[in-house]
Amino acid sequence: MGSMTIGAKYKTTPKDPGTPGILRMNEDKFTFIPNDPRSAMKFNVDFRSIKGHKFNKVDGDKPALLNLLKEEKAGGYMFGFDSVGNRDLCRDFVARVLGKHQGIVPSRPTARPDNSVASAGLEQLSAAEVERRVKLLREDSELQKLHKKFVLGNILQESEFWATRKNLLDDEANKASKQRSGFKSALVDVRPSADGRTNKVTFQLTTETIHQIFAEKPAVHRAFLNFVPKKLSESQFWEKYFRAEYLLRTKNTAAATAEAAGDEELAVFLKNDDILAKEAMLKIKRVDPTLDMEADAGDDYIHLPDHGILRDGSKETVDTDSELVRRTLSQDLNRHAAVVLEGKASDVELTNTKTVAEALARSKKEPPSNSAVDDANHERLLKVARMTEIEDLQAPRSLPYAPLCIKDPKEYFDSQQANALRSLGGTNDGRKARNCSLSTEEAFHHLMDQVSSIKVNKLNCPIIQSDMALKVLNELNEGISRSRRLNLKNPQEGLLGQLPQHTRDELMDHWTAIQELLRHFWSSYPVTSAVLYNKVQRVKEAMTQIYQKLQHIKESAQPDVRHEVSRLVKPMTQALDAAFNHDLEQQQKSSKGGSRPNGF
Amino acid sequence: MTSAHSKLYSDDVSLVVVLVDTNPIFWATAALPFADFFAHLIHFVNSILLLNHLNRVVIIAAGVSSCAYIFDSSDAGPASGVGVSDTFDKASRKVEEFIAQEARATASNGSVAPANTSSLLSGALSLALCYIQRIFRSGTRHPQPRILCLQGSPDGPEQYVAVMNSIFSAQRSVVPIDSCIVGTQDSAFLQQASYITGGVYLKPQELNGLFQYLAAVFATDLHSRAFLRLPKTLGVDFRASCFCHKKTIDMGYVCSVCLSIFCKNQRKCSTCGSEFSRVMPDLNSMPDQSK
Repeated sequence: MGSMTIGAKYKTTPKDPGTPGILRMNEDKFTFIPNDPRSAMKFNVDFRSIKGHKFNKVDGDKPALLNLLKEEKAGGYMFGFDSVGNRDLCRDFVARVLGKHQGIVPSRPTARPDNSVASAGLEQLSAAEVERRVKLLREDSELQKLHKKFVLGNILQESEFWATRKNLLDDEANKASKQRSGFKSALVDVRPSADGRTNKVTFQLTTETIHQIFAEKPAVHRAFLNFVPKKLSESQFWEKYFRAEYLLRTKNTAAATAEAAGDEELAVFLKNDDILAKEAMLKIKRVDPTLDMEADAGDDYIHLPDHGILRDGSKETVDTDSELVRRTLSQDLNRHAAVVLEGKASDVELTNTKTVAEALARSKKEPPSNSAVDDANHERLLKVARMTEIEDLQAPRSLPYAPLCIKDPKEYFDSQQANALRSLGGTNDGRKARNCSLSTEEAFHHLMDQVSSIKVNKLNCPIIQSDMALKVLNELNEGISRSRRLNLKNPQEGLLGQLPQHTRDELMDHWTAIQELLRHFWSSYPVTSAVLYNKVQRVKEAMTQIYQKLQHIKESAQPDVRHEVSRLVKPMTQALDAAFNHDLEQQQKSSKGGSRPNGF
Repeated sequence: MTSAHSKLYSDDVSLVVVLVDTNPIFWATAALPFADFFAHLIHFVNSILLLNHLNRVVIIAAGVSSCAYIFDSSDAGPASGVGVSDTFDKASRKVEEFIAQEARATASNGSVAPANTSSLLSGALSLALCYIQRIFRSGTRHPQPRILCLQGSPDGPEQYVAVMNSIFSAQRSVVPIDSCIVGTQDSAFLQQASYITGGVYLKPQELNGLFQYLAAVFATDLHSRAFLRLPKTLGVDFRASCFCHKKTIDMGYVCSVCLSIFCKNQRKCSTCGSEFSRVMPDLNSMPDQSK
């Protein structure tokens, strides 16, 4: 694997300009020596203390970074490189070293001379995927053994090995998956902060709050899409927005009206949200038509003077004639709750306001507008009819169903009868043919003779003879003691227990190896491509080797355990034989099939 | 159906239903003459009746074309008592009638070819189970029922479904099926029957000592069995017969709807009518590791 020396900058944070120096790496450790000998940024670290590595996506003028993570969460060593190429060289080296330390070597194209189809082997693994595999290998020593044996032994490819363990990987992945985050359940409330010296106030906006504002106030969203950046810059837009918010909060209606008249963009924020109003209308249509809020208002608390708290806790004192917004806290809460419950449509990458606005616009589909009044009216009537119907006067609304098809059982028994008759007249094997010399009549005659002899002789013959009794007793005893011996302990366990420890381990290893190989062997049938063909050849070769090893174990076993060993080895060799036979058959078939190279 | 589980059993009272194979073609070539076999059987039946005065024994004959009750110990009535000669007279008379009737039926029917060597095990099992159900429904305390099959002729694969159904209904009503093979071949049906219902399967080597086997292994009541070490079957032949040709098969196709078994790929299940639209791969090219 060798070593590597490269110029790099050590950085404490990604933004840090870094200390230029030389990074040297070999299989065990890496050292960093700064160019400036006075600098204290000098270190010598063992690779065993490194748990993983991360690298950034390089776009534009950002430097290429490689971060070596330490065992504990305390961070790691971050290096910046002049070019992506250098970084990638370094990264590959680190990946190999780490892989070796952790018992896994990530795919290296040079390691597979027998790889006939390059594209199949060169899988692009994400760092997370590699991490998961390493973790699984580390947790399961048996898996690690298999991996070492087959993948490092070039019998199976990395991807082939893991393909049969997808479920393990998926389990691991599922465990890691995080809950999707939605909107915050707190109301959006951007408060200004004043520096206390000037008359300026500052609003802090994050993309997340902007996203939430857009979701909750579709009119603002629409305005943003319309005005920015053609008419207003982004900061101008938000300035106006907060100005309007300020006016609403102070309830300075006169000032608000005046300003709205002078500035049409500002007026947008001051007006009632017409999109929301439209949605509300649609929702009201869906409400149970028998519900009449206005009629109920008399017994309701709505008219009580304490109702209608504004969002700042002050009492409602708005003159209801005003053109401007009359938002109450309950309306805001309702809208907010609806948006939060709806959740984020997709995982939008919140990078700038523009993308947020566009993503939201995309995710929102306009509901089909059926503006036809009579249509709506008709629908309403239908609804009323449905709501007011008296259920026990209605015919049961029939559900669609498919009739269960049960065949006439008679048909089945008839077919049975036919089969039975056919088998009666059918051919017989040799044993039965011996009896054919005797016709049915003769047989019955013989039986009748027997019965009549019974009547004549009565029960004269002795039923038990002493020598016979002894034989029977011996046989029964033997059978019982045999079954008892076998039932007393698990036969497999008993067999294994008699073997010396190392033979036992060896056999177990071979058994797991055989199972793995057979799984790959059978799963590659039918052989439809050259890749599969090559795989079968490789697996077959490995199986042949194991077969020879098994034979060797059998032959070299101590005489006292030879019988047990051969009993244990037998199922293994049988399973392998079945595979070899299958392969042979396929080859014969393909040679019969003619010119096709792989037989399929 | 009244569930057998709710029944009150008398611990040590047995109801033994003995199924006797009366296949003429088997007995014509059997090592043990039927007359001797019959003597062993009668002694065994009497032994059971003597073990407990409440014990009941029923003998059912399974022929090639029909089955019949040959003997029922409850017919005698308590007054007449049980004696070997009494049992013997009644049973032998009934057997003679049954065999004569079988012979007539076979002769007149003509459909039973001489090669058909299997007896109606399924029919006999059904009769036995019906009898046991009748006992279950009368009175409050019941003898513990069990079935003993004395079979000589080979299995009839065409009875597979019927036999399996009987076995499962026996399992459901907690009736063990014991089997004693007096022929030369092991019976896969009875192996499965004994295995599933928790009975004893035995194939004696010395048929001349049949009574001893019967008395040693099959005479004890179910309660006492828990304390005895009885012979255990080691290898049970679990192979099934296909529904289409009644062949015993190692590997086959199973209907995904009704679990019917077929030896060949079918377009449509002949039992439940389900259609299998998906094209199946050739059986030979499928991995068959489950050998």
